[in-house]
Amino acid sequence: MDLKDLYQEIILDHGKNPRNLGKFDNYNKDAKGNNPLCGDNVHVYLRLNENKKVEDIAFEGHGCAISMASASIMTDMVRGKEEKEVKEIVSDFLGMIKEKDSLETNILKDDEKTKLMSLSGVKQYPMRVKCATLSWHTLTSALDNSDQIVKTEE
Amino acid sequence: MKIHDIKREFPIFDDKIQNNDLVYLDSANSSQKPRVVVDRIYDFYSKEFSNVGRSVHYLAVAATNLYEQTRVSVQKYINAKDKDEIVFTKGATEAINLVANTFGQKYLSEGDEVLLTELEHHSNYVPWHFLRKAKNIKIEFAEINDDGEVTLEAIEKKITNKTKIISVSHLSNVTGAILPIKEIVQLAHSKNIPVLIDGCQGAPHLKLDMQEIDCDFYAISGHKMYGPTGIGVLYAKKKWLEDLPPYQGGGGMINEVKKEGITYGELPNKYEAGTMATAQVIAFNESIKFMEKIGIQNIEKHEKELLDYGLEKLRKNNSVNIIGNPKEKGGVISFTIEGVHPHDIATILDEDGVAIRAGHHCCQILHDKLNLPATARASFGVYNTKDDIDKLDEAINKCKKIFNL
Repeated sequence: MDLKDLYQEIILDHGKNPRNLGKFDNYNKDAKGNNPLCGDNVHVYLRLNENKKVEDIAFEGHGCAISMASASIMTDMVRGKEEKEVKEIVSDFLGMIKEKDSLETNILKDDEKTKLMSLSGVKQYPMRVKCATLSWHTLTSALDNSDQIVKTEE
Repeated sequence: MKIHDIKREFPIFDDKIQNNDLVYLDSANSSQKPRVVVDRIYDFYSKEFSNVGRSVHYLAVAATNLYEQTRVSVQKYINAKDKDEIVFTKGATEAINLVANTFGQKYLSEGDEVLLTELEHHSNYVPWHFLRKAKNIKIEFAEINDDGEVTLEAIEKKITNKTKIISVSHLSNVTGAILPIKEIVQLAHSKNIPVLIDGCQGAPHLKLDMQEIDCDFYAISGHKMYGPTGIGVLYAKKKWLEDLPPYQGGGGMINEVKKEGITYGELPNKYEAGTMATAQVIAFNESIKFMEKIGIQNIEKHEKELLDYGLEKLRKNNSVNIIGNPKEKGGVISFTIEGVHPHDIATILDEDGVAIRAGHHCCQILHDKLNLPATARASFGVYNTKDDIDKLDEAINKCKKIFNL
């Protein structure tokens, strides 16, 4: 285990200054997620236009550097993508965090993949995986119009 | 036994953990186990095992005697009047559930109030919440002050003529505040209200004298007292154990079982249904003996020294904010670092073998009140040294460096 894998510069940067933090007015989908063990919580807001494209996305919440950075990078990454593409990215990301060595989707550009892979360090810290995945599960829940609050503890 | 040699009594410190010497600062969560306790479990299972209280063969009788010896040791350790006032449970949580359930069944009805404090961990809130749902009772919370303590006055303020039972911590697992339990009991008894003390954090660190404290119930967690997991104690005054209904039904707790009816066993069997955590109860006797050998006064003194040293050290460390400042405080330091989330602190400290806890420590109500989603917590046991605190301080500095503070 190496802390540098976990706390890369990009994570520290997004953790400290999260992008897309806050709420915007004309969102049409949202969902809440919380991590009862840590006390982390996140609320994802997004606007899906008539072509099912993510026109805007933002989040509110608080948590550790990993969870804030993950939400920040995620929101950057899915803005402008179609719903179908977003779902593919989410599933690819979750697969990478859980078991795979790399990202497989063709939707993301190489530099975007590199950015996302900065979160792969959590794999060595099983207790911290849920910090990285909370906002992603919450995004899925928002897209699916689920009223259920996402919880990392099943 | 010299206090500085104590670490050697704990096999966990023999080897490196992840290439580090273990700096274990999570004893409020669960303590490490001395060799005598670990060995006792092995020996009992290897050479002496049998179920207790049922068969009449040699091993059964010997095991029953060992099991009952722990009861007597606990009785003496906490200075209870009678050994029948000691009920074994699977933990402090079950001890509190037992009281909430049986006392609630018999004495609580709609509109009655149970008085807790804002310091309570979930084990001393959720069991009462069940009653709130089932019986429509009310739960009141005595407030903490700015120093993170609950005063006698704060308790008094919340007592009404509807208050039927008061259930409070002996020692907070977050702020470390030691509550004035003797005074709380006196006050409550003057109004005919029974008191349960949640001794999860009190029992491992403070001198206990049930006859002096005079509480009605006292819940103890074995695994926080250098004992095995799966074992706890409910101390209850005999009048309550005789008066309240049984908790769980099963073998061992009955007198006579007929198709048309059942009579229950004598104390303390009435509350010990089914096969109990036999090996753990027997090994728990070694924990008690271990603590007696060191002497609770010495434990208190040692942990107070560590606490004073730790507070002084961390107060000098810029950007560390210590939660609560109680006048009477046990060996718990909860803190935050401006700009670093407690979970990041815990992960970074762990890299150097410094084991702390981060989160809400099963005290969400308290954290809501403090307006903090989470804190980091270093808590002490008898094996800790000033060197451990120096390592904590160094690891905190490393954490600040990673986060460019």
